[in-house]
Amino acid sequence: MAKSNKPVVWFPFAAGGTVIAFCMPVIVVLGLLAALGHVPPGLSYERLHAFAANGLGKLVLLGVIALSLWSSAHRIRCTCYDFGLRADTLIATVLYVAALAGSMATALFLFRI
Amino acid sequence: MSRNPLIREVPPTTWFFRHPRYVRYMAREVTSLFVGAYCVLLVVAMQRLSAGPAAWQGFLDALRGPAGIVFHLLAMAAAFYHAGTWFNATQKAMPLQIGEEFVNGSYISGAHYLVWAVLSVAVLFFTGVF
Repeated sequence: MAKSNKPVVWFPFAAGGTVIAFCMPVIVVLGLLAALGHVPPGLSYERLHAFAANGLGKLVLLGVIALSLWSSAHRIRCTCYDFGLRADTLIATVLYVAALAGSMATALFLFRI
Repeated sequence: MSRNPLIREVPPTTWFFRHPRYVRYMAREVTSLFVGAYCVLLVVAMQRLSAGPAAWQGFLDALRGPAGIVFHLLAMAAAFYHAGTWFNATQKAMPLQIGEEFVNGSYISGAHYLVWAVLSVAVLFFTGVF
């Protein structure tokens, strides 16, 4: 039977694309408010730390960040190819390793909270 | 093999200027760079949050100023463009059939937009923006 690694790459990509579409705009809006100097009360250390200290909060944060990272890595890989960078194996390896490292680092940071 | 095989020259870096549709496709592709950069910022944010109140305050202070605002505006445009095109594509990616009829695609995309709006308002409400 022919084996393919496509589903392994594709599932987090599709899930990540959906998560990015639903969550990223509002997250960036919160960040923009902070950049403008109007830090939303929910981004205060006390409230965000309390959210991240909760098991469900940890899961939400890790899920959003890890899936977004993986999906972005896959999309940037395709973008590089479309712009004529054809060293696909190298680019794919670097991006996926970076996404994996970022996800594991996020899990570690959340575990420490 | 034919004596005159068709060889179509496709410039690898400038091909997408041939058609406006390709340019729109590439515009969507480029949003991945900004979204990816923002994801990295989120990982940094988690590190700062885990390092304590002073580190978190330092992170928030670092976001302030013109550079932070410009970066956020770019990331926001990318995030909204990605979201809109993603929801518009859902009706093609997962058509819904009930009985013999296919559900009108605008209902499928519309439902996604509705969920997106409710979720975003809920997040803004729980973070105390309004």
